[in-house]
Amino acid sequence: MAFLDVKGIRKAFGGTEVLRGVDLTLEQGQVLSLIGSSGAGKTTLLRCLNFLETPDAGSVSVNGEVLFDAAGPAARREADIRRRRLHFGLVFQSFNLFPQYTALQNVALAGKLLAKEEPEFRGRKKQLYRDIDDRARQLLEQMGLADRLDSYPHQLSGGQQQRVAIARALALQPDILCFDEPTSALDPELTAEVLRVIRGLAQRRTTMVIVTHEIAFAREVSTQVAFMDGGVVVEQGPPEQVIGAPALERTRRFLESYMSS
Amino acid sequence: MEHILQQMPIVLRSLNAGFLQTLKLFFVTGLGAIPLGLVIAFGSMSRFRPLSVLTRLVVWVVRGTPLMIQLLIIYYFPGIVLHRAIWGGGEAGRFLAAAIAFIFNYACYFSEIYRGGIQSVPAGQTEAGLVLGMTRPQIFFRVTLLQVVKRIVPPMSNEIITLVKDTALARIIALQEIIWAGQAFLRGSNGIAGALWPLFFTAVYYLIFNGVVTLALERLEKRLDYFR
Ligand SMILES: Nc1ncnc2c1ncn2[C@@H]1O[C@H](COP(=O)(O)OP(=O)(O)O)[C@@H](O)[C@H]1O
Ligand SMILES: [Mg+2]
Repeated sequence: MAFLDVKGIRKAFGGTEVLRGVDLTLEQGQVLSLIGSSGAGKTTLLRCLNFLETPDAGSVSVNGEVLFDAAGPAARREADIRRRRLHFGLVFQSFNLFPQYTALQNVALAGKLLAKEEPEFRGRKKQLYRDIDDRARQLLEQMGLADRLDSYPHQLSGGQQQRVAIARALALQPDILCFDEPTSALDPELTAEVLRVIRGLAQRRTTMVIVTHEIAFAREVSTQVAFMDGGVVVEQGPPEQVIGAPALERTRRFLESYMSS
Repeated sequence: MEHILQQMPIVLRSLNAGFLQTLKLFFVTGLGAIPLGLVIAFGSMSRFRPLSVLTRLVVWVVRGTPLMIQLLIIYYFPGIVLHRAIWGGGEAGRFLAAAIAFIFNYACYFSEIYRGGIQSVPAGQTEAGLVLGMTRPQIFFRVTLLQVVKRIVPPMSNEIITLVKDTALARIIALQEIIWAGQAFLRGSNGIAGALWPLFFTAVYYLIFNGVVTLALERLEKRLDYFR
């Protein structure tokens, strides 16, 4: 069984079926790029993986553990979901940083709240918090933000904000990090700095699922590319195959429309 | 003029006593209505339809009718309809009735401001918290609340300044607040009769108090300026 195994995910919004049975697999340390025209269901799929939407059918398992199975309704209880969703991290298109916290606080907050659930939290609070802050600082340095630790989001450029958001998602050490068009809200120069950071993560063999319209980038960093259309994955394979020599007419037409624009 | 100077200490003593009642009503209303408004706001946003519909109906009625009517009904209803004088006869009873009417009325106004404030925080904030494994209460208290506070300070300031002046309505059930004290000198009180000038002084009390409240709220607004 693959490290990430997504089977038959279906999701409808008020009668319209947006996902019509999505199947995906991904091995540990690999990078999957999800491409496809707008409305194909890419965002909805990422939201299902992160438990922001509940699929109507299908299952998701990571490393052999079934995280979600629509057939088992127990999987829907909020308290159960909370721990399971930590297998995934999500970087949003619009960053969604917490405006009242500094970059460092944004990265450290969730870890500190989770630490409260550790055994003997009271006695170890200082040490736990220090470790969390150290790790947050280290991640921000890795993102090239060593000098912006104490900046508030509104004092940062879009590219810097997105890098803080990436550090925030990494802080909880998810098995799989998802990105939903991480650069589509950014100018070209800022896009380049975010892509550089993602490229770095790929080199460190971070398992990632990236929804992107940057076809050249997808081809460069991905080990797998999946083309989505009409709520299903129509073609998945290595980039040189799906992007370089697509088997399907639909994929070819999509890629042509992107290359020309 | 000499006359007024002699009367001044007597008038001020009486106005101070009234002002104390005004202040008490103001703070008790604030302390009660600020949290109660949050409870009502959650009620009106509840996913349980009967609760949200009922809450919104109550809020609509309270906001759509004069506070003065609510005061009169709350004060006289127990005695006249239920034949039970739950407020007691004295000033303490009148204060209690006034406080309840004010708290409930203002909580309804505040709840609408809170609801607007809560709904104006982008859903992405909650989603970011959820994805990071936070519980809903943690997200509310650690992420959403301060953003809501920042957004509602200006409209809340307007309501609070209105409250300063609205406390005078409690006069209708004979609560001895500052206007009651000032007005007493028109008819005659403490050996002074037919004097209008104490009422001008009550106005000055209001102006000073409102000035202080405005400054405090502006400082709060500034304190929250560090983020957007
Ligand atoms: N919460 C929702 N309610 C109703 N329709 C939705 C909702 N979320 C997404 N959709 C619809 O689902 C379709 C796929 O959307 P999305 O997953 O955002 O596609 P993509 O990210 O590939 O552009 C779109 O037609 C969109 O309008
Ligand atoms: Mg999308």
